[in-house]
Amino acid sequence: MIPAAFEYQRVSSVEEAIELLGRDEDAKLLAGGHSLIPALKLRITRPTVLVDIGRLGDLRYVREDGDRIAIGALARHAELAADPVLGQSCAVLAHAAGEVGDPQVRHRGTIGGSVSHADPASDLATVLLALDADLVVRSPGGERTIQAGEFFTGPFSNALAHDEVLVEIRVPKVEQGVYLKHVRRAQDWATVGVAAAHVGGRVQVGLASMGGTPLRARAVEDALAGGATPADAAGHAADGAEPPSDVSGSSEYRAHLARVLVRRALEQLS
Amino acid sequence: MTNIAHETISLAVNGERREADVEPRQLLVYFLREQLGLTGTNVGCDTSSCGACTVLLDGESVKSCTVLAVQADGGEVTTIEGLASGDELHPVQQAFHEQHGLQCGYCTPGFVLATVSLLEENPSPSEEEIRRALEGNLCRCTGYHNIVRAVEAAARAGA
Repeated sequence: MIPAAFEYQRVSSVEEAIELLGRDEDAKLLAGGHSLIPALKLRITRPTVLVDIGRLGDLRYVREDGDRIAIGALARHAELAADPVLGQSCAVLAHAAGEVGDPQVRHRGTIGGSVSHADPASDLATVLLALDADLVVRSPGGERTIQAGEFFTGPFSNALAHDEVLVEIRVPKVEQGVYLKHVRRAQDWATVGVAAAHVGGRVQVGLASMGGTPLRARAVEDALAGGATPADAAGHAADGAEPPSDVSGSSEYRAHLARVLVRRALEQLS
Repeated sequence: MTNIAHETISLAVNGERREADVEPRQLLVYFLREQLGLTGTNVGCDTSSCGACTVLLDGESVKSCTVLAVQADGGEVTTIEGLASGDELHPVQQAFHEQHGLQCGYCTPGFVLATVSLLEENPSPSEEEIRRALEGNLCRCTGYHNIVRAVEAAARAGA
């Protein structure tokens, strides 16, 4: 499979990328390419210009910033999985990064690219949602922060304007967190994924592949806050969700999986 | 879209400096196979799943069907053709040979390079770590047991 033709511009700064995006509404950002290139090959997307930010080394970091951890958008999955700071202070995200795809994908794929792609099955997006991560975005006029809960607006859709670039992800330090996923075969997307973590005195739960975006399992969180046992709270895992039916599982099967995986995650957490 | 500018790329392939003009949409695997004639890298699924097209880019395993040639500009690529020294097989190749870690052989270049990358990151992997590290490579002849044995043998040989 060969992508449709496009122009290629490798930029040396975020500002240059913003300018190029602003000039052409059919231009698209390229980071690691592990969501975009498969879509280009299937010709699901046919951008006129690819703006390659993949070499902006100043967006490739993990560092402590007070009570949070700041992650550059171009940090790669393999780097996050092995990062000592993340492993110490937000191990659930490091673990989830090590669960993405396979080693070859993790060598190239970036957290910013994965999150911007906004796949409802994304492991990292689901963990970031459960953690109430902040997404720092560079705009033509400056910078703004979008909460993970506001970022995912639909299947493969996000809250970024066309000429905005996600530059940093900020997560709280969490001592306890779990990410579990069920896959049909090695390297498949999650049939269902569950992230659970203690954040700010509460247990927060995220779900992958249970709807059009990664979801928060609010009914589970509220039940736990009200004193329910993990097993009872997990019974609410699919409340209000409309999980899809596809080759990996029916809607009913996904709802069942969500209840089982949430229970296991909560039991591991407590 | 007829006048798309070609990009000039310069990269080291198996230690040899190569310069070429490529279309931006040229995938690394087709650049290697069709422009450089290095057909040891196979195209299997063409959808980032099977790992037959695995090569090393700057020392790390990547699926060359999911990397644009322009993204490899300035980098170092190692294909299966670049592993042996003359007639002497690379230790990972030798281990696959001795442990019969292949049947039809189509997936083998990808498995060998995925293994080289694994052993660079983890020189003494457990069996479970080996199986996890090879998740991105499929063998349709179901030769996984011998492939795992080959990786263990290569690790013992200090590959």
